[in-house]
Amino acid sequence: MNLQTRLPGLDLKNPVMPASGCFGFGREFSELFDLNQLGAIIIKAATKEERYGNLTPRVAETSSGMLNAIGLQNPGVERIIDEELSNLRSYDVPVIANVAGSTVSEYIEVTKVLTSKAKVDAIELNISCPNVKQGGIQFGTNPELASEVTYHVKQASGNVPVYVKLSPNVADIVGMAKAVENAGADGLTMINTLTGMQISLENRTPVLANKTGGLSGPAIKPIAIRMIYDVYQHVSVPIIGMGGIMTAEDVLEFLLAGANAVAIGTANFHNPTVCPEVIQALPHVLNKYGFSSVEDAVGKGHEHETNLSRA
Amino acid sequence: MKKKIVEVTKVETIAQDTIEMTLAAPGITTGIQPGQFVHINVGSNSSHLLRRPISIADVDLMEQTVTIIFKVVGSGTAQLGQYKVGERLEVLLPCGTGYPIDSINMSKALLIGGGIGVPPLYYLGKKLADQGIEVISILGFQSSSNVFYESKFNQLGDCHVVTDDGTYGYKGYVTDVVDQLSLKYDYYFSCGPTGMLQAVTNKLAYQDGYISIEQRMGCGIGACYACVVPTNDGTNGFKKICKDGPVFRANEVVLR
Repeated sequence: MNLQTRLPGLDLKNPVMPASGCFGFGREFSELFDLNQLGAIIIKAATKEERYGNLTPRVAETSSGMLNAIGLQNPGVERIIDEELSNLRSYDVPVIANVAGSTVSEYIEVTKVLTSKAKVDAIELNISCPNVKQGGIQFGTNPELASEVTYHVKQASGNVPVYVKLSPNVADIVGMAKAVENAGADGLTMINTLTGMQISLENRTPVLANKTGGLSGPAIKPIAIRMIYDVYQHVSVPIIGMGGIMTAEDVLEFLLAGANAVAIGTANFHNPTVCPEVIQALPHVLNKYGFSSVEDAVGKGHEHETNLSRA
Repeated sequence: MKKKIVEVTKVETIAQDTIEMTLAAPGITTGIQPGQFVHINVGSNSSHLLRRPISIADVDLMEQTVTIIFKVVGSGTAQLGQYKVGERLEVLLPCGTGYPIDSINMSKALLIGGGIGVPPLYYLGKKLADQGIEVISILGFQSSSNVFYESKFNQLGDCHVVTDDGTYGYKGYVTDVVDQLSLKYDYYFSCGPTGMLQAVTNKLAYQDGYISIEQRMGCGIGACYACVVPTNDGTNGFKKICKDGPVFRANEVVLR
């Protein structure tokens, strides 16, 4: 079974990669399995300077999901390159660097450092972190700002492709997707988490110190599927899909909706070896539902539509 | 740290809402330090997505078992408590960094535990006693119905139990007992609720000691940055509780 997937800048041996923020920089998971099995790795968000993140508690379990408000804690782009990326480079796996920032110029600067010094294979432009006041969500909910930051980061990234990570916390996901596509995005990753809250009955206060957090896990999978399905019909750039994937069956559902590849996030916390297990199960699942390759399944959930037109 | 399927070989309620559970698997005890924890997958994807970190209370090298003690405080620990002898659990272990007992030079240790913070101190005390170190314990509980492991700690050395309401042992808090006994020791080792750890570290600010802290965890292996504690070195930095801890030097982190 051919699991290969080609995306701009990314030659993937399979379509499964851990999602940003759920896998650190791979070091801990490498104790549990050979990272060479992965299609790619999306590393935790990098900002220009070190960020210390939010107060704790930073996570809470919910029905079929979890809330998190880490707050983009990271050691800053220079230390990520020195301390983490050289280690990751010892694996035969493409690295996608997630870039976050508070201003357009910070996004540009971090992108330049990552693409020139670290030679990452792709940039994931994070304009959708809901957990910091100045962490990009202001760009991710306004099509003009999203377009502006995408354009400038694309200019700064040279030949390295830019995938824009979309926030589901918008009324018009198709409008956002079109805006960043028109600004030059090479691809989309979607969806980031949905803003949520949990209140403690004992303390009568939100469980998370940040009050709100990003909801992830199986609870949001139908939303991700719906948004990818809609966006697929209106853009032509490839989509890396994510949102509650736990199994190889879930991966196929994302492919049918229109994703070319997928990222697994929260499931890594439930089962740290979920990525290799899903990769191993994927050929059987594709075969079972009548597909001979990953690419064969992409977008096949749309064939019932008679007037399918892609922009 | 490894992912393992373990068999439940014993389940016993040893105090109010407090369950002692023994887990067995070949190789399960390899490399365990006192103070480390087991990160347990308690249920299905939809009901309990996050694992539950439970500290290791005892290790049996001969039988290849690990004993955990946990309090049923929510639906996750309730589900864990439903497992029966013979059933299997999927766990990560050993997780975190424990008490560095091999690098500490001492002849007398004071263990101070509060509630469900008592269990990791038992395996610690056992290892210390094995090394010929004198072990004194002060164990605090809410009430007489919550008391457990007193006789086990008594086998390691003097054990003093204190309850908040005075229904068993001393009345008051562990720090009151520390005052009353005016003990001499080289290091203290403490685990319990944050409020208790704050009181203990404040009172024993001029003593060398180690504390073990808890926090809601995500991955439990150091990748997600959910369970952090601020460091005390003026850098505004954080340590990861699940990986750098849960054991820290008493003055290494800021409790709040």
